Amino acid sequence: MPVNLKPTDVVVVGLGAAGGVAVLPLTQAGLEVVGLEAGTWLRPDDFAPDELRNNFRGWPQAVQKANREIPTHRTNRNAPLSPRQAIHPMMNAVGGTTLHYWAQSWRLNPWDFKVVSETTKRYGASRIPKGSTVEDWPFGLEELETYYDKVEYEIGVSGQAGNIKGRIDPRGNTFEGPRTREYPMPALRGTSFTDMMADAARKLGWRPFPGPAAVTTRAYQGRAGCAYHGYCSRGGCHINAKGSTAVTSIPKAQATKRLSVVTEAHVTTIEVGSNGRVSGVNYIKGGTEYFQPAKVVLVASYVYENVRLLLLSKSKAFPNGLSNNHGQVGRHYFSHNQIGGVTALFPKRLNNWYGLPAQGVAVDDWADDNFDHSGLDFIGGGNLWVYSDRRPISAAGMSTYGRAPRWGSAWKAFIKQNADSWNISYLQKTTLPYEENYLDLDPTVKDPLGFAVCRITADYQENERRVSTFTQDKMVEWYKAAGAIATEKTGMGTMGPTTHAYGGTRMGDNPETNVVDRWGFSHEAPNLGILGASVMGTSGARNPTLTAQALAWRTAERLAKTWKQIAT
Amino acid sequence: MADHSHDGLVSRRDVLKRVGVAGAAAAVPIDAIAQATREPFETLTAVEGATLEAIVARLIPTDANGPGAAEARAARYIDRALGGFLASSRDAYRTGLAGVDTYTRAAKGMAFTQLTAQEQDAVLTDMERNAAKGFSGASFFFNLVLSHTIQGTFCDPFYGGNANFVGWDLLGYPGIRLTATANDQRMDVAPKPTHMSAYDFSMFSRKKPNAR
Repeated sequence: MPVNLKPTDVVVVGLGAAGGVAVLPLTQAGLEVVGLEAGTWLRPDDFAPDELRNNFRGWPQAVQKANREIPTHRTNRNAPLSPRQAIHPMMNAVGGTTLHYWAQSWRLNPWDFKVVSETTKRYGASRIPKGSTVEDWPFGLEELETYYDKVEYEIGVSGQAGNIKGRIDPRGNTFEGPRTREYPMPALRGTSFTDMMADAARKLGWRPFPGPAAVTTRAYQGRAGCAYHGYCSRGGCHINAKGSTAVTSIPKAQATKRLSVVTEAHVTTIEVGSNGRVSGVNYIKGGTEYFQPAKVVLVASYVYENVRLLLLSKSKAFPNGLSNNHGQVGRHYFSHNQIGGVTALFPKRLNNWYGLPAQGVAVDDWADDNFDHSGLDFIGGGNLWVYSDRRPISAAGMSTYGRAPRWGSAWKAFIKQNADSWNISYLQKTTLPYEENYLDLDPTVKDPLGFAVCRITADYQENERRVSTFTQDKMVEWYKAAGAIATEKTGMGTMGPTTHAYGGTRMGDNPETNVVDRWGFSHEAPNLGILGASVMGTSGARNPTLTAQALAWRTAERLAKTWKQIAT
Repeated sequence: MADHSHDGLVSRRDVLKRVGVAGAAAAVPIDAIAQATREPFETLTAVEGATLEAIVARLIPTDANGPGAAEARAARYIDRALGGFLASSRDAYRTGLAGVDTYTRAAKGMAFTQLTAQEQDAVLTDMERNAAKGFSGASFFFNLVLSHTIQGTFCDPFYGGNANFVGWDLLGYPGIRLTATANDQRMDVAPKPTHMSAYDFSMFSRKKPNAR
């Protein structure tokens, strides 16, 4: 029998990007919250700039439950499993992957909320790709704007606004929806390389701008400004410039004395009472089983684990998994079409050794529906992103652009000359959910406790392939305008485990096609809320984290405001 | 964050599945040449270590462009890591290095270490192209060694490779700084190399990771 703990108002499973934000409005509203986190606290001196450890060894200095339950992947329901990744793309710790993420903190553009209706209006319903299960969000950008704003100021996002209450500022993203005010801090500085790229974009008639980042550019709420030392990709920040929830919203929630953080808590299942309501959470810590009763459960353990936890939590009321009586848990999964990029070789050194992946220049002219698709055979597009970031092992892993072999003296001469002369762009593209792409439990692969791991069945479809080709061509054009002497396109990759996963517990008004309602609460178990990108029905062409955080804040605020209705 | 960096992660299952040398592992004769006086290996046998050292010295050679994988001690990095983080690749190295030896003896009549540099390059090219007869999984093993050699040549010296920063100097990497100024990021500037390991900084020396 598990140890029965003292009941609490709310238990939050996972203190990462989403859960770590939600605890703040909850505790500020006076609710008692228990946060269960599989990882531990990490401190600034855990964040040495060590490429081998961070980028190749999966953070061996920290408890990584995720590495023991890496989802399996197959491209379709008849395909064999793809080779399994050795390291989970996400990490466990208080703050979760916000410790080592790139911290690019975008708002979605207005089109992303209305892909179906806008596409139908402008081009006709036949332009929605066959087999796609995409729906409009239950609300538009204007509903989420308030929460984007709250999160931007709470965790500290730097950036250049492009649209304040409809007033367009060409220094920022002129395609963004209206925001009520400036970012709390100016954008990360440009470098002579990113300036060169911005000039080239302007020469092409495009509108380059610095991207938004949850990275301080000056002292902010007791945290220092970014030192641009690098090692930010899969690396933590030793001066707390990165706005991880571990150094922003979580400590602030702790200061209310109403948040209890339990680390190294391995949540196994969610309990359901005879009334069909959730009653709490089972977890294992240090070999002992516990039951944490709660009036409301918020699941915030990332897309794969959110889905897995629901499917593993079978009960009389939910024989096919929690909140799955409509068979929607795991459906509408997609991983971001972000691998297919372009690299370029320049005839000079770029000095990209310092800086961070969020320090760069973006072009949004070819994203979403920011350009006319009448004569094209796809919908959506891609955001082009070029940045200053280089580490020695990955620098040496560069392509030789057909100009040298892969090893030996000629290779050595090539990298001696070119290790700092190449650049890799990051192209995030529209990705849609499809009937054939979904998550479920793997029938054979288990974690060390014997629980099935999550299985991904998914592959990119024709629309994604066309968007990828189109976006890569635009990137090649940009690099060439900046003086690149060679470019190379990288492959699209698979829809296997990724940092940009979406869906599985989609949000929408229709319970037949969505797991949670417009507020993030289960259509079937009303005191179960779900946080994170698993509720998102479209990806846009930009990083998901800020949207997941804005949604989490909104769900938490809704819970606090309608506490009696949801909790009893 | 994105996960599209060139991390070159290889799963254990891949390693075990793809590397297998046609019954050759037991057939390796002991090559006694000059092993006795050498610095002992931590994980590999003396013969395996000597073969690996010879391989890495051809992958990133010492030449007119300066020191290579030998001076970086890349084989020593791999040897140490095979007893630690790369332990799951230990079997791949056992069969792979034996496979190199077996193939070389069959094709050239002597051990890999006894070949001229040019002959060694020819063997490695055969492996890379999976054209080494009787050596199944040769290209997989070649790629595994190449990726580990790059790690061992360009990693933080804390892990036993990139000795004396020869790898970082080859790339022109100016090294770890805890603050980079706007000037340090200019294209026309080449900041002076710091020649420091991350764990030379007092902030990080308190929590060193496992060096294996």
